[in-house]
Amino acid sequence: MLKLERKELVDLLRQMLLMRRFEEKCAEMYAMGKIGGFLHLYIGQEAVATGAISVLRPDDYVIASYREHGHALAKGCDPGKIMAELFGRADGLCKGKGGSMHLFDKANHFLGGHAIVAGQIPIGTGAAFASQYEGKDQVTLCFFGDAAVNQGVFHEALNLAALWHLPIVYICENNRYGMGTAVERATPVRELYRRAEAYGMPGEAVDGMDVLAVRECVGLAVERARRERLPSLIEAKTYRFRGHSMADPGTYRTKDEVEREKQRDPILLFRDHLMAEAVIKESDWKALEKEVRITVEAAVRYADASPEPPVEWLCTDVYVSER
Amino acid sequence: MAIITYREALNQALREEMRRDPRVFLMGEEVGLYQGAYKVSQGLLEEFGSKRVIDTPISEAGFTGVGIGAAMVGLRPIVEMMTFNFALVAIDQIVNQAAKILYMSGGQYNVPMVIRGPGGPAHQLAAQHSQSMESYFYHVPGLKIVRPGTPKDAKGLLKSAIRDDDPVIFIESELLYGTKGEVPDGDYTIPLGVGEIKREGRDVTIVAYSTMLLLALQTAEELEKEGISAEVVDPRTLRPLDTALIMESVKKTNRAIVMESGAGFAGIGSGIGAIISEQAFDYLDAPVERVTGANAPTPYAKNLERAKIPSKERLIAAVKKVLAV
Repeated sequence: MLKLERKELVDLLRQMLLMRRFEEKCAEMYAMGKIGGFLHLYIGQEAVATGAISVLRPDDYVIASYREHGHALAKGCDPGKIMAELFGRADGLCKGKGGSMHLFDKANHFLGGHAIVAGQIPIGTGAAFASQYEGKDQVTLCFFGDAAVNQGVFHEALNLAALWHLPIVYICENNRYGMGTAVERATPVRELYRRAEAYGMPGEAVDGMDVLAVRECVGLAVERARRERLPSLIEAKTYRFRGHSMADPGTYRTKDEVEREKQRDPILLFRDHLMAEAVIKESDWKALEKEVRITVEAAVRYADASPEPPVEWLCTDVYVSER
Repeated sequence: MAIITYREALNQALREEMRRDPRVFLMGEEVGLYQGAYKVSQGLLEEFGSKRVIDTPISEAGFTGVGIGAAMVGLRPIVEMMTFNFALVAIDQIVNQAAKILYMSGGQYNVPMVIRGPGGPAHQLAAQHSQSMESYFYHVPGLKIVRPGTPKDAKGLLKSAIRDDDPVIFIESELLYGTKGEVPDGDYTIPLGVGEIKREGRDVTIVAYSTMLLLALQTAEELEKEGISAEVVDPRTLRPLDTALIMESVKKTNRAIVMESGAGFAGIGSGIGAIISEQAFDYLDAPVERVTGANAPTPYAKNLERAKIPSKERLIAAVKKVLAV
């Protein structure tokens, strides 16, 4: 994978760093009361969305769960508009009507964050169905967590995708906890990628802390989907460093476990790797930090400057005919 | 004008819309090879092929979600529920996803899909196959609800539903599939949200739709013999609701009855009755009456089933009550 150009490698690092700093700022804004509701941070899992989405074309589709800030950023959504959405402002991606759990961006083919566990899996399957119906070679990436595989629609959707040869890659981000329930308390067969066998589709596990490994694994699956119309299931083994949401102190995990996992921080691992390979120097890293900080600060300024949505918007967008 | 069945009228609507727009496809259990559990999709597989008339495994939540995703990116799916009772298996997809995606996305993604199939109490099908489902969906902003009562309405409304840019719940009726009526030749549509006065009258307004419409019209003929002139208003679409037409009628007759085959508690009649009370109270000479299904699951036994569903006798009693005769 080091066949990648230097610029591409640095872009992957920048993308992950932007997700991290953006969400650290989100946590700060939540504490200040500027962000309300549920806020599920992606911190620790950045290599998955970054590596996976980096292989897509702009017209490929991405759909995700409620922990979707990272996926939205990787799909090209404007950080200012995301932050404005989290602030509940008129210039947010969804006019302040969606919030943290429901980021959508049609221009970037981002089919949204969905907050019923597994609810997005058949919908992503439908986007892939449409690509096949119209004879287009777009691919859909459908992201969900480890808890989603125990919902009925996971089975229904994968069954249909395999039956109909749909161009979709299902990416299970196994961060080992569905809210407070460890995966071994929820699922008897813990190698979640093996569920693919039941549908006769390829299934593979990948180190979700290694952005290049994710990129390679998803890249092969995307090509298979694009050229052969074969769906795949990929289990990215990852870890979230924070609680399930801002309201969760995470007492169901030991401090030792969390500290041990933080040793495999996907951003630091990749930074160190690039330094060891002499792709970047310390000064490059500092420049990236500065660049990302400027982007995040601009996003906050944009969100702060945006007005609250006018009350007249309360009942718009309920029906197209009354838009 | 040809006289055809309600089933044939629906079939014509599907066929004509699929010919008109290649983005329209039909998906569901037994819609293709089997030609439809109730034969509404008869002949469509032959004409349009398996790409556009798609048999699914039994997995309502899964294929309803597929329809939603396909609609979001530009197709116009028609998802058939073999009976609407099975839509409850997909209710998360319908209520939490289809109905809300336009709103949650701030107007970016709409979901132009039709979810259709038969509903309502039928021939001794018992509790799990014999329910009026409209009030489950009536409550949900973002959904449109259609319940046609005649072949003409069935065809014109289904064509409008397919062309509509929002998710439409289109509930047919097993009991109506074989009923016949005049249907205009050629392409025509009936707009969603426009009701029709199916029978003019002076003394009382009966709001009724689907199978209850037929019962109301028959009962009105009997009442006429007793010198009571009943006006029968068919809203056809429950959401959006043609409130103006209902008010116009109530202001003329000064008495109102709302009928539904489903259980009355928190039902359609509660909603329409409340709107009449709010908007036409000063015109009412009696409280709004409701004639509804009993507050019980639908029983199997023939006599109990008959007692569960509104009857001519109960409607006549309600009419006499509001007229104080």
